[in-house]
Amino acid sequence: MSEQGVDNSKRQFLTTALTVVGAVGTGYIAVPFLSQMQPSTKAKAAGAPVEIDIRKIEPGQLIRAAWRGKPVWVLSRTPDVLEILASDTAKLADPNSLESNQPASSQNEFRSIKPEIFIAVGLCTHLGCSPTFRPEIAPNDLGPEWNGGFFCPCHGSGFDLAGRVVRGVPAPTNLDVPPHRYVTDTRIIIGEDTGEASA
Amino acid sequence: MKSKHLNNCGNWFLDRFPMSKLWNEHMAQYYAPKNFNFWYFFGSLALLVLVNQFITGILLTMNYKPDAGLAFDSVEYIMREVPWGWLVRYMHSTGASAFFIVVYLHMFRGLIYGSYKQPRELIWIFGMLIFLALMAEAFMGYLLPWGQMSYWGAQVIISLFSAIPIIGDDLSLWVRGDYVISDATLNRFFAFHVIAIPLILIMLVFLHIIALHEVGSNNPDGIEIKDSKDPWGHPVDGIPFHPYYTVKDIVGVAVFLFFFATVIFYMPELGGYFLEHANFIPADPLATPEHIAPVWYFTPFYAILRAIPDKFAGVIAMGGAIVVLFLLPWLDRSPVRSIRYRGGIYKKALFLFVISFLGLGYLGMQAPTANATIMARVCTAIYFAFFLLMPIYTRWEKTKPLPKRVTEQPTIEERIPAIKDAFAAMTHEVPTQEHGETVMHTRPNPSGIADAGKSLAKKLKGSLD
Repeated sequence: MSEQGVDNSKRQFLTTALTVVGAVGTGYIAVPFLSQMQPSTKAKAAGAPVEIDIRKIEPGQLIRAAWRGKPVWVLSRTPDVLEILASDTAKLADPNSLESNQPASSQNEFRSIKPEIFIAVGLCTHLGCSPTFRPEIAPNDLGPEWNGGFFCPCHGSGFDLAGRVVRGVPAPTNLDVPPHRYVTDTRIIIGEDTGEASA
Repeated sequence: MKSKHLNNCGNWFLDRFPMSKLWNEHMAQYYAPKNFNFWYFFGSLALLVLVNQFITGILLTMNYKPDAGLAFDSVEYIMREVPWGWLVRYMHSTGASAFFIVVYLHMFRGLIYGSYKQPRELIWIFGMLIFLALMAEAFMGYLLPWGQMSYWGAQVIISLFSAIPIIGDDLSLWVRGDYVISDATLNRFFAFHVIAIPLILIMLVFLHIIALHEVGSNNPDGIEIKDSKDPWGHPVDGIPFHPYYTVKDIVGVAVFLFFFATVIFYMPELGGYFLEHANFIPADPLATPEHIAPVWYFTPFYAILRAIPDKFAGVIAMGGAIVVLFLLPWLDRSPVRSIRYRGGIYKKALFLFVISFLGLGYLGMQAPTANATIMARVCTAIYFAFFLLMPIYTRWEKTKPLPKRVTEQPTIEERIPAIKDAFAAMTHEVPTQEHGETVMHTRPNPSGIADAGKSLAKKLKGSLD
């Protein structure tokens, strides 16, 4: 200890300054540490569009494709199904898809560009399970109200054949419709929007 | 001559490291209540399972490949081609379930004897953090085999984060490291599972034990043994942890290993409860299995999540079910700790809570039908009522007077006459003809068994008041 005694305010200043510098340094190093858990450039680049050929699809059939590692459904809907979709809307939580994700070209009654072809991301908007395709009317396990649709085995959310969620289930919104466009009548590109044409 | 050298070496070491001090503080002179019963095995058993998980886990990493393209096959490789690989893998997978069985029983012990109450709140908090770390560890470990259940279970749980408003989607993207569960997710879960969480677990276990040894163990009577001490300052109702409880715990370990080995060797999947059937199919991002459910130890919380018909509220309820456990020391207002001296209300509430917890565990494994959902809602309500109404009913209830010293429970030898009497009451001698002679056989007596059942039910009802 020197003869001049202790300058406590100087000590306090140095302590505070060091704390602040240390905190800033920690903040700087936290950014690369935390960011390094973000999707890599490779993962981001993997989201390229995919093309689906629907020449062989039959009425009522569902075909599956993968886009960005997610299942994408292409469903061919019969006129009977479209009739049910148009009339049976009282049970739906968001019949007009106001709260849901879809490109503008698909924000309509049937949630598709062409009414007979429905395209959706096959992941439940609740917790991301892939719902099962249950087109039958009033099956034993789903009850007499069931008019055909998709049923999530994980938490019991139900969707109609336009991917619209029914009321009182955990899923908050309708199934997502991915951006897509028709190259020809039978070839669809998933991941690219129709663009200005429908806007 | 040799022993003298050895002694010198020992002294050299002891002069530089507080070995004997640590040994005495935590083993040879750590006084534990002498009235520990069956419930007090599970703490040391949890430690045993932790060691089992570490050793088998290290061995598994020697052959496991944390790569979406290789993971599933590498687990099958361990099972079929690595010498004794099947044993190590089953010890690890069974160990995970055993860990939760032991920890749930350990927590229940805390619940019935009030081990979380003042001054042991911190022990409970550290314990709950261990429980939380354990759930994270088990969840991330379950992704590693890269089976269907691994994949879709992780998909569901990570999507829970997306329910958080505003930051949710970015948060779940950050956790996954990709837009879907992928190789990136598998690789980071491997890192968490083998490095990060085990380190946290070890640290928390250390804190849990240090906090325990600071205040001393609770006991089935829920009174402080430090209140009555002998002239040397040791609690009269305490006995040194070593050798008394180390030796007693060895008996517990033997019984535990008997069950553990039975599962490993005869039913390693335990009918789909310890290892789910769908997990023997490689992960397929395009198709969810028909019926998905988490492993049994998560099902109570999963059932709570499903019971709420709203995404965000469901996640909040599930999180709340765990948060409320942390608050237990402050929710309980009863002046006594042990269930032995509590009033009837707490006993009945605890009884209902156990039923609802087991019910939720069962419902979480079942498909979400309308009836099951209603039952899950009822059980969820009871679960939360048990905790949230606790400040009210624990203050109301009439408790019994506490003893000054811990009470003596009859030993097994002392119970033998009563067991013999009970056996005699439940059987009767039946004469039968064998080779022309009349022989007396001891056979079960239906009316005697019914009487015994009735008196047991009466006793149970009486003990609830």
